[in-house]
Amino acid sequence: MDQAKIEVNNLYKIFNGKKKREISLLENGLSKDDILEKTGATVAVNKANFKVMPGEIFVIMGLSGSGKSTLLRCLNRLIEPSKGTVKIDGQDITKLNSKELRNYRRQKYGMVFQNFALFPYRTVQANAEFGLEIQGVSANIRKAKAASALETVGLSGYEQQKPNQLSGGMQQRVGLARALAVDPDILLMDEPFSALDPLIKKEMQDMLLDLYQQINKTIIFITHDLDEALKLGDRIAIMKDGEIVQIGNHEEILNQAENDYVAEFVQDVNRSRVLTAADIMSKPVALLYPQAGLKTALHKMRQNKLASIFVLGKEHKVKGIVKIKNVVSAINNGQQKLKDLIEKVPTASPGETVNSLFAKIAELDTPIPVLNEKDQLKGVIVKTDVIANLATDQI
Amino acid sequence: MNQFADFISWLVGIVETVLAYPEPLVLIVVLALLAWQFKRASLGLFVFLGLSLVLNLGMWDNLIITLASIITSVFIALAIGIPLGILKAHNKVLDYISRPILDFMQTIPPFVYLIPALMFFGLGNVSGVIATVIFAIAPPIRLTALGIKQVNDELEEAGQAFGANWWQVLIKIELPAAMPSILMGINQCIMLSLSMVVISAMIGAGGLGKPVLRSLNIVNIGLGFEAGLGVVIIAVILDRMFDRA
Ligand SMILES: Nc1ncnc2c1ncn2[C@@H]1O[C@H](COP(=O)(O)OP(=O)(O)OP(=O)(O)O)[C@@H](O)[C@H]1O
Ligand SMILES: [Mg+2]
Repeated sequence: MDQAKIEVNNLYKIFNGKKKREISLLENGLSKDDILEKTGATVAVNKANFKVMPGEIFVIMGLSGSGKSTLLRCLNRLIEPSKGTVKIDGQDITKLNSKELRNYRRQKYGMVFQNFALFPYRTVQANAEFGLEIQGVSANIRKAKAASALETVGLSGYEQQKPNQLSGGMQQRVGLARALAVDPDILLMDEPFSALDPLIKKEMQDMLLDLYQQINKTIIFITHDLDEALKLGDRIAIMKDGEIVQIGNHEEILNQAENDYVAEFVQDVNRSRVLTAADIMSKPVALLYPQAGLKTALHKMRQNKLASIFVLGKEHKVKGIVKIKNVVSAINNGQQKLKDLIEKVPTASPGETVNSLFAKIAELDTPIPVLNEKDQLKGVIVKTDVIANLATDQI
Repeated sequence: MNQFADFISWLVGIVETVLAYPEPLVLIVVLALLAWQFKRASLGLFVFLGLSLVLNLGMWDNLIITLASIITSVFIALAIGIPLGILKAHNKVLDYISRPILDFMQTIPPFVYLIPALMFFGLGNVSGVIATVIFAIAPPIRLTALGIKQVNDELEEAGQAFGANWWQVLIKIELPAAMPSILMGINQCIMLSLSMVVISAMIGAGGLGKPVLRSLNIVNIGLGFEAGLGVVIIAVILDRMFDRA
């Protein structure tokens, strides 16, 4: 077998304690709560063991306070482990002195944070250059590398903006570009998409997967969302009270839950019950306004390979849908007005479940729009998305 | 002690020479243009009118002396205060012991500083500068430390995650993030220095403070008003030039 990229052995992290005492208590079978009560110390990571292979996406998931962030930070020693070893490419980094550690961080790691942690006083470009600056890379190379990282995450053209001028999703793209710019072996991502809207979150996940195909880095990804874990992870580790209670691939996690805790987690993913319209909707690729002519409508649909297109009125309210076949015959009959061709469609709300969507969409040959409480268009859902997400229910 | 005094009077001398080198009108126009360029046209206009007025009142030489001592005092106060503030932000012990000292320095009436300054350095500009520095140094220390302590931990963590060392974290993260607070400290330092103009005239410092003091002694309201107006004009200009917006 190949050399593991990351290998963690018997790793502990105790906050506010004497370490030795708490670790021996843990070994004697006391729980995190017992120890907190008895000694006032917090067990954040309890005897973690795992290996990550090069080029793997390894997801660590668990509820809030289960020790995910702490475990992740032990990997680059932003938090010093209380006991245990962390080997990167076979080298135990817990033995490095502070200068060696800094060099290691510069070369091996890129990190992405839940709340982005962008430098508000720097432009997008300067944020992306940060890691290279720390490495002492010359200005020209820095500029070029940062620009190419920004391009990779789809932010070309935003270089001179400040982070607070960007939306949350775009800010996290900057965060990702900052990490990618140093071309690290390992990407550490601490709940990078948790702060984002569902739609943006999905977009970012897709982008990460795309990117992952191109760059082939080892990624440690933290989340508390099993859907996200299943979507991104090659393997998933589930944490509870500082302990890793199970590690496995999708199948193993979903079908062979090793204990009740995991089973409970997995049950929550009974997908058609949990997934809602907001989770599976996508951005409309093209829209029309009522004053548009028939030719425009036809052009837009052809250009985007659509069979139908939504028509929006004032304030993003959906007027209805126009089908390409009707537009074509109207043009042939010499009609002028788009208005007469607009048909009503059933609509969905963001909270609607996939099951109920299926009932609505099954007989339709058009997508359905998802509207918020003000009837404004939030996204569209096509039949195949609904069916795909029903199908995973049957795993 | 003497070398220190020499150094300060040398500094004041240099600033004074530089400021007095151009024709007054030339300097006024240059300053007005700077104010216009970096701030607003209205401030440029104010600088032009205000300084011309001082020139007209025959207070120009005093104005230069006052400006030179303020610039020197502020320069010294910042050169000491900002590094101290940085240390204070990073060192718990220093933070703890500096607090009562700074409180004490800020509550004590400024006249009190005149006594040791006078004892060590005698009458003159040097004593004025020293008393001014002591009086004006607290805000840059405090506000630098405060600004740095308020920097989001996540930003420092990000810096460390990319392998930044102590110096890089300071220069690339802490200072720029704390800049608004530091600028506020600078502004307050300037304002406190200005408020010492008249007081340091009591120990023989030259400048606009001198006629103010003399007018008090001889009860010459006109003279006092003219010199006081000069002080106010500098105060407004410096405050507006060094505020954040
Ligand atoms: N610096 C610290 N000092 C003391 N206790 C800490 C510290 N950091 C974390 N803890 C504790 O360690 C435990 C694990 O925290 P951690 O932040 O790793 O959890 P998490 O799984 O990342 O949670 P979340 O999903 O909320 O981010 C928690 O009980 C937390 O209170
Ligand atoms: Mg966390």
